[in-house]
Amino acid sequence: MELIKHNENEKVIISASGRIDTNTAPAFEAEIKECIAECSELVLDFAGVEYISSAGLRVLLTTHKTMLKKGGSLKTINVGSEIMEIFDITGFSAVLDIE
Amino acid sequence: MKQFDVQAIDQNLPQVLAFIDEQLDAANCPKKIKVQINLAVEEMFINIAHYAYNPDTGTATVRVDVLGDPPSVDITFIDKGVSYDPLAKEDPNVKLPARERKIGGLGIFMVKKNMDDVQYEYIDGHNILTMKKGLIV
Repeated sequence: MELIKHNENEKVIISASGRIDTNTAPAFEAEIKECIAECSELVLDFAGVEYISSAGLRVLLTTHKTMLKKGGSLKTINVGSEIMEIFDITGFSAVLDIE
Repeated sequence: MKQFDVQAIDQNLPQVLAFIDEQLDAANCPKKIKVQINLAVEEMFINIAHYAYNPDTGTATVRVDVLGDPPSVDITFIDKGVSYDPLAKEDPNVKLPARERKIGGLGIFMVKKNMDDVQYEYIDGHNILTMKKGLIV
């Protein structure tokens, strides 16, 4: 899994690629935690994400809850069809802000 | 039928998936189904790694049987850890809003949703979890 972060004014964008699974989810979470501290608008670009297991979904849900609590926002963009199907099955497509 | 014994630790997940994928590729498994199977395999293997022998570690046996007509695959996980039926856990309510959603419980739920059939048995000190999936989209 690769993560690239860039800032656009108040917004932090993390572009993820590869697989978010049990072994890579901790690094995904660590990067997000750093960003949450410095922004109110977090965007996760999933164009390169080919796989996400429950470990990754837990990070997304925790992040979403944290951003809501601090009055910020989490948006997930460029979600591919296979990831979208995972989001649909788990109800995440109704919970997350997805574009 | 192909079988693979592996120490049930997180770091061995890629090996387990590579073993499964080799069989699926040989059977021309469509990509979408391969992803669904990978998700189920990850969840079940990590379950064994985290809970079966906790706090120690132990071995997981993974068996793959690719069947003919119509094409399908049976994947069985066997371990000698504590008796535990992962299917007995209640499904999470996936219709709740974010604030009310619990963090856990998604793994087994995804196994049940992605595989066509999942069965559990405890026989002679072995947890045996068998998952079946058709290989046609």
